[in-house]
Amino acid sequence: MTGKPSGPLPLDAPVPGSSFTDLLQWIGAAPEVTIPPGSSPVSAPEGTTVLALRHQGGVVMAGDRRATEGHLVAHRRIRKVFPADRYSAVAIAGVAGLAMDMVKLFQVELEHYEKIEGIRLSLEGKASFLARLVRGQLPMAFQGLVVVPIFAGYDDKEGRGRVYTFDVVGGRYEETDFGSTGSGARLAKSYLRTAYEDDMTPEAAMALAVNALVAASSEDTGTGAPDLLRGILPNVVRIEADGVAEVPDEIVFPLAENAMENVR
Amino acid sequence: MSIPFYVAPEQLVRDKAEFARKGIARGRSIVAVDYADGVLILAENPSTALHKISEVYDRIAFAGVGRYNEFETLRKAGIRQADLMGYLYSREDVTAMGLATAFSQTLGVIFIRDPKPYEVEILLAEISEDGREHRLFRITYDGTLYDERKFVAIGGKAEQLAEALADLWTEGMTLQQAFAVGMEAFNQAEGRESEGWEVAVLDGSNGRRAFRRLDPSQLTTE
Repeated sequence: MTGKPSGPLPLDAPVPGSSFTDLLQWIGAAPEVTIPPGSSPVSAPEGTTVLALRHQGGVVMAGDRRATEGHLVAHRRIRKVFPADRYSAVAIAGVAGLAMDMVKLFQVELEHYEKIEGIRLSLEGKASFLARLVRGQLPMAFQGLVVVPIFAGYDDKEGRGRVYTFDVVGGRYEETDFGSTGSGARLAKSYLRTAYEDDMTPEAAMALAVNALVAASSEDTGTGAPDLLRGILPNVVRIEADGVAEVPDEIVFPLAENAMENVR
Repeated sequence: MSIPFYVAPEQLVRDKAEFARKGIARGRSIVAVDYADGVLILAENPSTALHKISEVYDRIAFAGVGRYNEFETLRKAGIRQADLMGYLYSREDVTAMGLATAFSQTLGVIFIRDPKPYEVEILLAEISEDGREHRLFRITYDGTLYDERKFVAIGGKAEQLAEALADLWTEGMTLQQAFAVGMEAFNQAEGRESEGWEVAVLDGSNGRRAFRRLDPSQLTTE
């Protein structure tokens, strides 16, 4: 019974029955992308630098707020770091429209699984599913429309935060210390490599994350520096044993101010 | 070619209804009680692994009595429907009213079309954005939909429970009071000790996802 999302309920579902993404494809509501041969690449706003680093109590994830289209700034206040569920978060770089759609689907997928099965997916399971979503974008990647996320969460079985990075074909890599993706990732990573320490406090990790973003922004045009006048601050998310929390602007502001002071 | 026996529709519906009612009467009942901050759902359930109450969406909960596999099928279908609607449109477009109608239609079709009707009764609860206005729905095996206020009971002892709750329920109860009222209603309706409780609430203070399972032992000590 292929049901539309109205009227009698979808009693049947594709096996194994707990995946929302499969359900969406099954009812024919997933976006089908066929690229006509010989078509020229399209240009769309792209998100730039995001990063995640482990500390003694979990993970800190941060991202700048800029989206660029070619040499232009497309959006100044875009959001690139999102809670995925109560214990994990995902940050995106690449074509913003596709990436945000991927995040939305990922969020619904995790919640759907949890409700259907009555239990949360393991952190490994979540990362592995995200890899599948990234891989699904491969035909688009050949058109230059690339989406590469980072995923981080708190693994309550192991009692520590974990960070995963991905590549364009859906390869998944667990990072021991930190990960970054986007146009300024190389710069952010070189900053993190010199300043990163094991067993940092969450506060030190947040300051370091913001510093690394600012360092990236000072050489990469795609990465937006904090705009203290207009109050455009990096998105910072903490993931610890008690779950995901977005760090409010009052706390990020002094960190951003300090970081800007350091590069002056 | 043999001609099938003619059975009068009245007879057919009566037989199916009787069959379904018998099946439901064997199961334990569930109540949902409106209290100050949300809705409490209380089920007599000796199992701690198999749930009768479940989260459907941000502010909507589901409970089912009767045959486990049948209400479990409906529960999952409800979650699929809610998540599809919320994904395709917006989270606020998922309502208990819409889901209740879908459950009602589905059960109605199954009752008429299938040789064996579902032996289940369904309860849907929803709290509003401000947590003040709650909606309670009861859907029976044949798809009949009831819109209830203050409290609702489903299962074999639904009528007795509703009578007891009519006397016991008061406006603006605390969670503990609502739990006590629910338990008292069960005692009056069943006339025996419960074999174990499954408790869950929809409470606006829990954030976007209002559904929480509670440990009954923590509710009685306070």
